Amino acid sequence: MEADRTIDCVGLYCPMPIVKTAQEIKKMEPGQVLEVLADDVGIKSDMPAWAEKTGNEFLGLEEDGGEIKVYVRKAK
Amino acid sequence: MAEEESMTLIVFSGDLDKALAAFNLANTGASMGMTVNMFFTFWGLSVIEKGSLDRGKKSPMQWMMGMMNRGGPGRRKLSKMNMAGFGTHTMKGLMKRYRMPNLDESITLAKEQGVRFLACTTSMAIMGLEESDFLDVVDDFVGAATYLSLATEGKVNLFI
Repeated sequence: MEADRTIDCVGLYCPMPIVKTAQEIKKMEPGQVLEVLADDVGIKSDMPAWAEKTGNEFLGLEEDGGEIKVYVRKAK
Repeated sequence: MAEEESMTLIVFSGDLDKALAAFNLANTGASMGMTVNMFFTFWGLSVIEKGSLDRGKKSPMQWMMGMMNRGGPGRRKLSKMNMAGFGTHTMKGLMKRYRMPNLDESITLAKEQGVRFLACTTSMAIMGLEESDFLDVVDDFVGAATYLSLATEGKVNLFI
């Protein structure tokens, strides 16, 4: 999936990937897509929960071995 | 975007593990767009104290208590398996290895994210603590009615 920005959260555990996602999204324009690279499986449940609460759109995730790529679109 | 929700955390414990749990939730809540208020009371005050050994206005008993349980985020101990400091030291090492923020970093992060820090004035009086005994993170020095009025607005209210 095409993303406007990517943050690397590999090796970070809850809640740091979510905290870093929130910080990065703040710097982005509405409609832009953020890619979050992670390896803590908690993010599979946490990112949709975060997106629902904050009104941003969870676009899905891709798993490749231990690495998880998560995509979120900033709310309009 | 959903209307802004709020949460409150009573930080009663001065234990390292419990303080870390409180800050993890506070930082996550703030990241989720929630207004977060942390109310530090009783032993929890030690989490945001400078840990000065100055006598200040403390009575001899209060001063002694302060010496025996010196404040400051870096001096917090695990609630279990402290083992004269060895357990706490080991846990700090593990957290570093797994790149988890320590208590100081968690406090800084919470401030950056707009988490509000409230200190309980009654507990301060019992322990002989003054406003100047605290780290420069405290937003306000308040009582139980302030906490309760925030808690009635909060959807998540925890006592840790």
